[in-house]
Amino acid sequence: MNRLEIRELVIDVPERRDGQALTLSVEPGQVWGVLGPNGAGKTTLLHTLAGLRGPRAGQVLIDGRPLAMLGRRQVARILGLVFQERHDGFPATVRETALIGRHPWLSAWQMEGGEDLRLAEAALERLDVVHLAERLVSTLSGGERQRLAIATVLTQAPQIWLADEPTNHLDLHHQSAVMALLAEQAAEGRAVMMCLHDLNLAARWCDHLLLLYPDGEACWGPARNMLVPAALERLYGQRLATAEIDGAPVFVPVR
Amino acid sequence: MITPRRSLWPPLAVLALLGLTALLVSVTLGSAALSLGDVWAVARGEGSPLARTLILDLRIPRSLSAFAVGGLLAVAGALMQVLLRNPLADPYVLGLSGGASVGALAAMLAGLGGAVITGSAFAGAFLSTLLVFGLAHGTGSWTPSRLLLTGVVVAAGWGAVITLMLAISPAERLPGMLYWLMGDLSYSRSPWPPLTLLLVICLLLMPLGRSLNVMARGPLQAAALGVNVRPLEWTIYVVASVLTATAVTTAGSIGFVGLVVPHMLRLVLGNDQRLILPACALTGGTLLVLADTLARTMIAPEQLPVGVITALLGVPTFLYLLYRSR
Repeated sequence: MNRLEIRELVIDVPERRDGQALTLSVEPGQVWGVLGPNGAGKTTLLHTLAGLRGPRAGQVLIDGRPLAMLGRRQVARILGLVFQERHDGFPATVRETALIGRHPWLSAWQMEGGEDLRLAEAALERLDVVHLAERLVSTLSGGERQRLAIATVLTQAPQIWLADEPTNHLDLHHQSAVMALLAEQAAEGRAVMMCLHDLNLAARWCDHLLLLYPDGEACWGPARNMLVPAALERLYGQRLATAEIDGAPVFVPVR
Repeated sequence: MITPRRSLWPPLAVLALLGLTALLVSVTLGSAALSLGDVWAVARGEGSPLARTLILDLRIPRSLSAFAVGGLLAVAGALMQVLLRNPLADPYVLGLSGGASVGALAAMLAGLGGAVITGSAFAGAFLSTLLVFGLAHGTGSWTPSRLLLTGVVVAAGWGAVITLMLAISPAERLPGMLYWLMGDLSYSRSPWPPLTLLLVICLLLMPLGRSLNVMARGPLQAAALGVNVRPLEWTIYVVASVLTATAVTTAGSIGFVGLVVPHMLRLVLGNDQRLILPACALTGGTLLVLADTLARTMIAPEQLPVGVITALLGVPTFLYLLYRSR
């Protein structure tokens, strides 16, 4: 059980003034959604939280220890990141790709063992891509690659999940399945934070929300307090119609 | 279904066997043909003095040099391809060989010989590496395409300098310079420094293999999986430069091995660096031993530059493999 704490954090978005510093904490069991229009800094925020880029100000802490003081390998054992973009350099199979999730857990001389293979296999099974295990990644569809990326982080087995638009490219069923997986990770005591473009998925699956405005302003809190139509309309610069279906609010853009 | 991970040893054992066979063939063949019996006699400490000199003083050192140089070039190529995440990268394309050539030719032009040529080539290779990586790094970070482009342009620049030097050099020095440019193992002295380096580097790279696998998927992904990207990038870059500089100073500028061998092996063996790097050392070595044997024997007693053979053999093989691959 690890908590991710953000103190007075200002992310480094080029050519943007500092805006509001973020101070919040993603506790074990919580599912945080990050909402905001294109270019608001959602991806930059997640990369900063993962220690892949430095903040302009402030600190990111895991269990009270600054990220910068932890080794990369130690961070990778606690925190996993599902990237929005992926580059395939050299050909690799689906199974090999999932297996690299074990990297932070293996010593330099260690080969992947039976247990690592079992974890990778289970993750592929969970994301419904196990039948593709021997295929080259370059031959997969966008949605299949997305599921593979999530399976790789599942193989990594982090206590803190950061996911950059995890439902990108996914069909409706797999969108639901992936959100259920992330919710399940939280229910098992892990902390989850994800960027989303779909307000309705956020409303249904997230218990906390962080709204990032393009000018650097931000507000955050429990989801029910944040899902105010006026605030969301200002966030996206888009008029919304609201309804309630199945106990969750639903937002539809109107002309 | 869980399939056990392929063991690394069977393919390496096969490649090692091929390498030994190639070495044996290269020792028996030459302008004066020796039988396996002659070789065996020398190996037992017998045989005629001529055969002893031929085998122990000439052919074995030369064959071992060829093996070491081929291995060094192939491993250097494989490393640069991982660093740039681009199968086009190799010491030749990135201008390292060009820098070394300019260094060596400058020494030859000045009428200097032996160790000075070696030192000068080494300095040229390093100058070129610093130039390419320094310029490509610039103010930002290394992007593979920028690095590759810088390398290609620097290589073109070296090419022009080489042409200039050839144009102004006295006619009697030209053949030696041309041979050096196309790769020539008759310049090599002791095979042990490059061979030792090859072995040491392969052992040092083994524990880095999995990190390199992750690096091949991009620096961000690698960092997210716990790799210290920047130190690893510098390690790859320094190691690849030392390997190239050593290879080029031993045998002149031999293109193609660093590009083709890793690529061929990836098509057959996949892209696990823990397997690919030692396999590159063995296959690159084998290839150059065979190429050098051909270079020595095809128009014996005259010799061809080995670089010509590697290209003539390598180009069709490579194109065929590329055409067949999925």
